[in-house]
Amino acid sequence: MQREEAAARTRDAADDASLTLEAYADTIVPGEKRWPGDRAVAGAAPGGGAVAAGALELLRWDATGISDGLDDLARRVNEHARAYAEEVGLELDPEVPPFVALEFEDRTELVARLTRPGHPEKEFWVLLSLFCTMAFDSAAHLHTADALRDGHPGLAAMGITRPDADGLWRFQNFGYGRELARLHPSTTPSGSPA
Amino acid sequence: MSAAIERTDVLVIGSGFGGAIAAYHLAAGGAKVTVLERGPWLESKDFEHDYKLGSSYTRIFDFVVGDGMSVLGGNCVGGGSVVYFAAMPRAPRFVFDRRGSIGRRMWPGSISRDTLDPWYDRVEESLSVSRQGWSDASYAGGLWAAACHRAGRTANPLAAAIDNAKCVNCNFMMAGCRFEAKQSLTANYLPAAVAHGAEIRPLHEVQYLTRTAEGGYRVHYTIVHDEDYRLQNGSGVIEAKIVVMAAGAGATPVILQRSEAHLGRMPHAVGRYFSGNGERLNTAVLNEDKVAELLGLSRGEGLPPYGANAIGKGPTVASWDRLDGSLPEYSRYSLEQLYFPPGLGTILAQAPDATGPTWFGREKKEILRNWKSWLTIFSMTEDDNEGVFGPPPATGNAHRISQQMLGRGNLTYRPTENTWRGWRQSDADVKEILEKDGLAKVMPWTNDLVGAYTVHPLASCRMGDDPHTSALDDRNELRGHPGIFVTDGSAVPCALTVNPAMTIAAIAERAIPGIVASARLRGVAVTYGAPAPNGRTGGRKGVLPLLRREQPARA
Repeated sequence: MQREEAAARTRDAADDASLTLEAYADTIVPGEKRWPGDRAVAGAAPGGGAVAAGALELLRWDATGISDGLDDLARRVNEHARAYAEEVGLELDPEVPPFVALEFEDRTELVARLTRPGHPEKEFWVLLSLFCTMAFDSAAHLHTADALRDGHPGLAAMGITRPDADGLWRFQNFGYGRELARLHPSTTPSGSPA
Repeated sequence: MSAAIERTDVLVIGSGFGGAIAAYHLAAGGAKVTVLERGPWLESKDFEHDYKLGSSYTRIFDFVVGDGMSVLGGNCVGGGSVVYFAAMPRAPRFVFDRRGSIGRRMWPGSISRDTLDPWYDRVEESLSVSRQGWSDASYAGGLWAAACHRAGRTANPLAAAIDNAKCVNCNFMMAGCRFEAKQSLTANYLPAAVAHGAEIRPLHEVQYLTRTAEGGYRVHYTIVHDEDYRLQNGSGVIEAKIVVMAAGAGATPVILQRSEAHLGRMPHAVGRYFSGNGERLNTAVLNEDKVAELLGLSRGEGLPPYGANAIGKGPTVASWDRLDGSLPEYSRYSLEQLYFPPGLGTILAQAPDATGPTWFGREKKEILRNWKSWLTIFSMTEDDNEGVFGPPPATGNAHRISQQMLGRGNLTYRPTENTWRGWRQSDADVKEILEKDGLAKVMPWTNDLVGAYTVHPLASCRMGDDPHTSALDDRNELRGHPGIFVTDGSAVPCALTVNPAMTIAAIAERAIPGIVASARLRGVAVTYGAPAPNGRTGGRKGVLPLLRREQPARA
């Protein structure tokens, strides 16, 4: 039920820019579709991806420094998508923004081109990709302990454990505790290279 | 009527290794010392276990993306020492004979491993650096050691400034040590400096220097908002007889570049010859079955034999087999196990054997699912000092993008074939050790996104004997600008093939008697000879005899 409500909310709120940014985030860290007919998320990988991890929330947060430029980035990537479709002879569904209309493989190819060394807009797309990744690998818009408690898909996929009751991590067992190699013969008594 | 100009004897810019060591000795010797630090001043209780933007994890870092090189540094009282992993090896002997891109010895003739050793001793005593045992090595370090051994290599637990009795192996070391196990400068030099009257002002970002009529310096700063570093809360000036620059190798040359219009021409080497310490990262994704079968390792019933990337404390074990002075330059390096937390570089890890893109997409997501079985290997090679800083940004050392941490700087880095040769050779070595019999799959971090990546910027304002290729003389004084000293990593002439904190600190310790002498010449009543911050005197006994001829005025 909760999932359907969330889906409905997303559909209602999903302006073209948001749909486009979701599709971009899903290209960086792909995930499974949120509902049948989800257009932004291509469904290219099992489990939640960057979108489910909260990429849009992170991108829209002014702390990132890119929130003001997101609509422009969405517009630009759609222009690139249109040009790409023309170049490779694809017909785009006019019901959704051009980047969203691309198949996952074409989205991937376009992002690879935009982030390749030498592309004049590379820095923008790398920055956008960086925050999409951070939404998944560190939930940078959420307190880590809260994100873990709420089942954040990225932190869960990476196997990050829950903290102690006071919100801090401690590992009583941390090493194999035995000699596992010969020391370098030129080691000083204080443990430095000679 | 304008307010009286504020004055101090010694103005220290930055509170990392270079700044804290200078502040302590000069304050202890009787000088009025003021430290301006652009980052916040956090206490142990403020160090959070949290990856959220705005937690200590991002407040105390500065990640500056340049053209071909990105630099990750500290940004807080204590500087790099608060965010570092406390690995404290001395540089190997051959490093001091390096010739690099200038074709002759880069280091001043007066510095060698032998002449630096007494200063290393001082640092070891002050920071309680100790030789670590195998029982101190993390699972990741132990795994690296076992893999090295199986490949016929040696491996060493690293000397470290860690109180193991206090360490809980939380692996949040880079967000500041909550448990006061890491011997950051906030645990020794800085409190000792404050006890002797030094004043530390956080969130004060120095922009440029001008000269006073009396031959001193006026330091112009802005005050940075404590949460959103893109905002400023006013500005001010302070005059000093001596300026110690220790803003870090990513910022010291930028401040000097911006000062050139006021102070006159800077030495050619200011903002040139930057070195990323030859650093390179490889990510190995371990095959857990092979870890058990080939290395005979186990974490106990029900647990994968490794699967412990999240458990530990940064680098604990390194292989020094290639630190062989008889090998040609650019082919010597150390290979160190490292922990790199999420968010600060995961994007740069590449999926081995990917048929599609390597740093994003389907196959990258798949290796993220094995994140617990990652082993990061850090190569510290010999680069060619290729970095050059372009014109300085409007303020600070970078155009700030995010409220904290992320900025765009003017550093350009185009690795030469020499540097690439070292990187390729070390990559191949890591691959040979870790892919043997299918133990792991290994790929280096991609340079395509943010260029090369260093956590140990060096040499952007380096010392040397040749005025054409060094900005500082062998006493760390800026050529042509008497009374300005540079004591941070920018003074270190070249890549060190090991973690540089110990050498930066030793060079700073070595510079202090000269700074004291210079201050005395300018009428500051200051003496040299303070013990270690903890009161120990063994290190002082080792260096005082070296200074007798040079320091006749020493009390």
